[in-house]
Amino acid sequence: MDRVNKAEDLRELRNRLIAAQDTSRPVVRVCLGPGCLAQGADKVAGAFKKAIKDRGLQADVKPLIKETGCHGFCKLGPLVNLDPSGLFYAQVKPEDVEEIVEQTLVKGQVVDRLLYTENGNQYQTASEIPFYAMQQKIATRNLGLIDPILLEDAIINGAYLAAAKALSYMKPEDVVKELELSGLRGRGGAGFPTGRKWRSAVDAAKKSPGMVYIVCNGDEGDPGAFMDRAIMEGDPHGVLEGMLIEAYAVGANQGFLYVRTEYPIAVKNLKRALDQARDLGMLGQNILGTGFDFDVQINRGAGAFVCGESTALFSSIEGKAGEPRAKYIRSVERGLWGRPTVLNNVETLSNVPVIIDEGGDWYAHIGPANSPGTKAFSLVGKVKNVGLVEVPMGVPLSRIVEDIGGGVPGKDHFKAVQTGGPSGGCIPYSLKDVAVDFDSLIKIGSMMGSGGMIVMDDTDCVVDVARYFLHFLEEESCGKCLPCRLGLKGMVEFLDRFSRGEGSEEELDELVSLGEAIKDGALCALGGSAPNPVLTTIRYFRDEYLAHIVDKKCPAGVCKSLITYSIDTDKCTGCGLCVRNCPQSCITGETKTPHTINGEACVRCGMCLESCKFGAINVA
Amino acid sequence: MKKKATEIDAILDRYPGEPRYLISLLQDVQAEYNYIAPENMTLICDHVGVPLTQAWSVATFYKSFSLEPRGEHEIRVCCGTACHLKGSERLAQSLERDLGVERGHTTEDLRFSLDTVNCLGACALAPMVMIDDDYIGGATQRGIRKYLKKI
Ligand SMILES: Cc1cc2nc3c(=O)[nH]c(=O)nc-3n(C[C@H](O)[C@H](O)[C@H](O)COP(=O)(O)O)c2cc1C
Ligand code: SF4
Ligand code: FES
Ligand code: FES
Repeated sequence: MDRVNKAEDLRELRNRLIAAQDTSRPVVRVCLGPGCLAQGADKVAGAFKKAIKDRGLQADVKPLIKETGCHGFCKLGPLVNLDPSGLFYAQVKPEDVEEIVEQTLVKGQVVDRLLYTENGNQYQTASEIPFYAMQQKIATRNLGLIDPILLEDAIINGAYLAAAKALSYMKPEDVVKELELSGLRGRGGAGFPTGRKWRSAVDAAKKSPGMVYIVCNGDEGDPGAFMDRAIMEGDPHGVLEGMLIEAYAVGANQGFLYVRTEYPIAVKNLKRALDQARDLGMLGQNILGTGFDFDVQINRGAGAFVCGESTALFSSIEGKAGEPRAKYIRSVERGLWGRPTVLNNVETLSNVPVIIDEGGDWYAHIGPANSPGTKAFSLVGKVKNVGLVEVPMGVPLSRIVEDIGGGVPGKDHFKAVQTGGPSGGCIPYSLKDVAVDFDSLIKIGSMMGSGGMIVMDDTDCVVDVARYFLHFLEEESCGKCLPCRLGLKGMVEFLDRFSRGEGSEEELDELVSLGEAIKDGALCALGGSAPNPVLTTIRYFRDEYLAHIVDKKCPAGVCKSLITYSIDTDKCTGCGLCVRNCPQSCITGETKTPHTINGEACVRCGMCLESCKFGAINVA
Repeated sequence: MKKKATEIDAILDRYPGEPRYLISLLQDVQAEYNYIAPENMTLICDHVGVPLTQAWSVATFYKSFSLEPRGEHEIRVCCGTACHLKGSERLAQSLERDLGVERGHTTEDLRFSLDTVNCLGACALAPMVMIDDDYIGGATQRGIRKYLKKI
């Protein structure tokens, strides 16, 4: 592809690419996001390529195959979208491909059985489906649309136009001002205003002339979230463009992209995008002839949650163990190698090009005044439409979980929703209409966090969930400061005891005090927010804790020490499958007569429950 | 190991001899050899100019480095939040029982390494288990057992 030497070149290149497109040529988009991939989307894409080759389709019906990032509705994967018809096929298997090629591509007909149906309505296109219709996509705008390995595709969809506008027609100061005007707040968890952070870096650099660095945080530590992964995999140029604009605004010539090591596809796609951007002339020396130089280096994380924290992340980039340091001096002033450094999250940065394009004022008018814009969530757990969603800030929680998410399968409503991952809190159903924005969530004891949204129903135990997050953080604590190292251990011990039905109501109060003390005393936000899941669950689900401690019961049937497995003699046919599978050999009974479980030896592994075909195993 | 390991020198040559490249080198060596052997650690330290003790402390701080050889097959049980709610803990425990190793470790015959990981991005299929490059959605104890028998 041609190199662009000035802003005008980029626009011309885009026009040329658009003109060269054959708009009558069908496009088949196969989602290869992580959810669809796990459901065999790569085989579907392969089947398309093969079918097209085998049939030797005529030029006018020979489709362009695009392998895209997460389209959003992971539950229905593998997803196939067709253009120009706009058809949306769900749960496509390799065996279905032949029919799609024959019916839709060759004959122009719809394969009804692959359409999505909900409440008796059949939908032909994605945009009509309630799941999509209620969303507004900014940060995830290109996901599912472009093929992340094709630079042309990104350019046709407007990649780097905003950067060209910023570099060629705006002063760095104007860019900072635009971000301030937009009101964008960091999507990595803390919600710090992005424009203000950039301004501090500019000021710090004035005081201490020399190198300024920018870092994009793609560490995505929340153990139940995949928004940043989806963005990095599905729209790598969008992230790089955000970094380029930021670098220009704060006067940085070197950027670092810190990507979680468990995301090999993200690393691969970003690396390819870096090479493409360098060849195009959007990274490197004298970008667009403006005299501005900027390049990006990718650093892979090495499996430590605490490295998402700014000072730990900088240590890690410097090649050291990732331990946070006290922030007497803010990292925008002294970050990497002691120089001013701006850290922003992946999703934050992928909003930036749109803000420059449409204007800060436009952005500021989406959502509530204090938390403008949209937010991406990975909506998971006990919800029908598991997937990646992006909505304006401030929408009620119930809109996301019930209207977009379709509610809890087989249940009237959810029991709780965890936002903010391990640093967040558990929101009970009674607060289902809380506005989902930074400030409203903090008010009720939770937080926005990076965007994990986990729906729980009455078979999920809040004590267990609190224990899960705390265990996670206890393991991930770097151990540098005492409140976190010992305090979290102490909290875990309390919860371990409660989950075994031990403890007392006084201890519950002690746990709360301990949590409050850790919040005040920890050095970094890992420890500082670790008690949140525990504190919110005690606040909203005290009865459930008491059921464990006082009644020795786990109402949800989760906590191992408080449940027993038994066999329903009416349902048991005596087939013996459970006997063969039980690792403890603690199920006995004659063939064809109801069996029994010896409770003493049972380790509650759930093997019998899993193997029984008659639903005869009770857990209570 | 499927492919012949790249010569360690070739890996070292990928980065300038500066302390900041310690982690990148450890990662590349880990990726290539499956673990960081003591002799390779020494070579890395000489290359980037970092004392051995410091390199060991870095290598033990980060979970993705293994100082022992890993198994032929990697079993990764997703213990992300969505998978946890769908019983991933039971899966992890049953694998520990079946293989006779704790998570984070490798069987004595070097056949399997068992690990737990965070969200694999496929929560729609929770609980998820990855065995080498294969995703197993809606994983069950029995299903995993069958799968392991086949490989
Ligand atoms: C323990 C800990 C883990 C964090 N993990 C992440 C993470 O995985 N991704 C992220 O973007 N921010 C993470 N953060 C927040 C970052 O430190 C930082 O605030 C953020 O990247 C700044 O970008 P933003 O202003 O664009 O949100 C974490 C913070 C702490 C204390
Ligand atoms: S709060 Fe925890 S993670 Fe943070 S510095 Fe202290 S010990 Fe380390
Ligand atoms: S991965 Fe295909 S829709 Fe999410
Ligand atoms: S939590 Fe297991 S795949 Fe997301």
